[in-house]
Amino acid sequence: MTTPAAAPTRPQPPEDETSRPFWEATRTRRLLYQWCTVCDQPVFFPRDVCPGCLGSTLEWRESSGQGTVYTFSNVHRPQMPNFALPAPYTVALIELAEGVRLMSNVVNCDPEQVRVGMAVKVTWERLDDGRHLPQFEPA
Amino acid sequence: MRTLRGAAAFVGVADDASPTGELELHGRALEAAMIEAALADAGLSISDVDGVCHANNSMALAEYLGIHPRFTDSTSTGGSSFEVHAEHAAAAIAAGLADVVVSVYGSTPQGDRRRSASERGGGRGFMMAGPNPQAEWEMPYGLRQPMGPYAMAATRHMAQFGTTPEQLAQIAVSTRAWATMNPKARHRDPITVDDVLSSPLQCSPLHLLDCCLVTDGAGAWVMTSAERAAELAKPPVYVLGAGTCHDHQMISQMPDLTTTAGVISGTNAFAMAGVKPDDVDLLMGYDSFTITALLHLEDLGFCPKGEGGRFVEDGRTGPGGSLPMNTNGGGLSYTHPGMYGMFLIVEAVRQLRGEAGARQLESPEIAVAHGSGGVLSCMSTLVLGTEATR
Repeated sequence: MTTPAAAPTRPQPPEDETSRPFWEATRTRRLLYQWCTVCDQPVFFPRDVCPGCLGSTLEWRESSGQGTVYTFSNVHRPQMPNFALPAPYTVALIELAEGVRLMSNVVNCDPEQVRVGMAVKVTWERLDDGRHLPQFEPA
Repeated sequence: MRTLRGAAAFVGVADDASPTGELELHGRALEAAMIEAALADAGLSISDVDGVCHANNSMALAEYLGIHPRFTDSTSTGGSSFEVHAEHAAAAIAAGLADVVVSVYGSTPQGDRRRSASERGGGRGFMMAGPNPQAEWEMPYGLRQPMGPYAMAATRHMAQFGTTPEQLAQIAVSTRAWATMNPKARHRDPITVDDVLSSPLQCSPLHLLDCCLVTDGAGAWVMTSAERAAELAKPPVYVLGAGTCHDHQMISQMPDLTTTAGVISGTNAFAMAGVKPDDVDLLMGYDSFTITALLHLEDLGFCPKGEGGRFVEDGRTGPGGSLPMNTNGGGLSYTHPGMYGMFLIVEAVRQLRGEAGARQLESPEIAVAHGSGGVLSCMSTLVLGTEATR
């Protein structure tokens, strides 16, 4: 008797009341970030107060989903067995047009073709609970 | 005898509690509110703060607050942690390591119990408040830790400055050449650049031989006053300068992946010591990966930013080179039990005492031990010297 292979998966992002607006927006495939109305600068990851002034002056804004690859690594020897993406896969830091940087995967692209500075746009992977995980693909 | 007496003072305080036993804020928001209130009490602002104490993780707190502190203390001694922080902060201020230091504590066990039903995953610990942003913003993407963040720095360095895999590999080759002279080294057979490049790719662009070992290892040091040191058995090795800085905890929050906080820690340590990189006879620079050591060479000023690849490619850091680096064989070839910084100090002291055996340098007088913690997060630089340099 053989054991069926477990379905590929990835760690599910936790959330709390601070980040909940971000994750709720992903249910409708919208990418949010915070903006401090006093410092006039974007903030990511989501916080309760602005790291520039400690004020509760943060509002949510919607990103265009456009960005560039700031840097990346193709993972040839994954740490996690059964990770959602087959190795080698690309983990990247994406610089959004709005000026924040976040970690993600570059998908729908041969890892060998990923380059620093490459233009990318957001695409979404559905999570088990109906939220979506932001992923990026060549623009 | 130096003393802390009168060297530092408390200038602002804040606290909060409620008759209900429950506070509205929790986690980092609560900590931030306490810090803001204490700073207001002192007539200071967050931009004045250059030292951060936290009884769990001062790196995570500073990252959250947007502070790049030059004094950091995560000492955790239970309920007395904050008195210990005060002692350390006073010493740091007396020594010129920091000007304004904050310590903060917040814990909300009652509210946490109520909230736990509505939280998804990211539960708060009982002892210490604080979210785990890495679980939320990095772990879902499958980056191998800790190798992946260093690989990302290497990718960026290559794109920005034209650094090559061959140049990174040369660091492993030169370090291995030193290891051949350390009888305790895990790997003692010489290697070539081709050996490094043909070892399995782990996280591009890092190959297996670009990565430190995973070995058992242990070490210790003892420090005393200069007065007492003069009466002891071995030649004293003096701390001429020290500096520390961290500028992120998670790699996704690092301001610039090709420039570490070593620029700050190194500048401060060299200034305190009154020496320049040119004066250094030995660099013990934490080599968790080849790219780590390359960034240290640039950020400490041994070569200009972006020139690290060309600096190392002719074997300059190996035996016979003009800047001996990691003469014990480093984390790449000697040992790496996880937190390797202890071995940087041990080797620097042995070399300055003339006790390094087959790999002994010729009469070194000044050594730098440069530790790197987290994922290129916390840099701490020590400038050490012999009696002649004091």
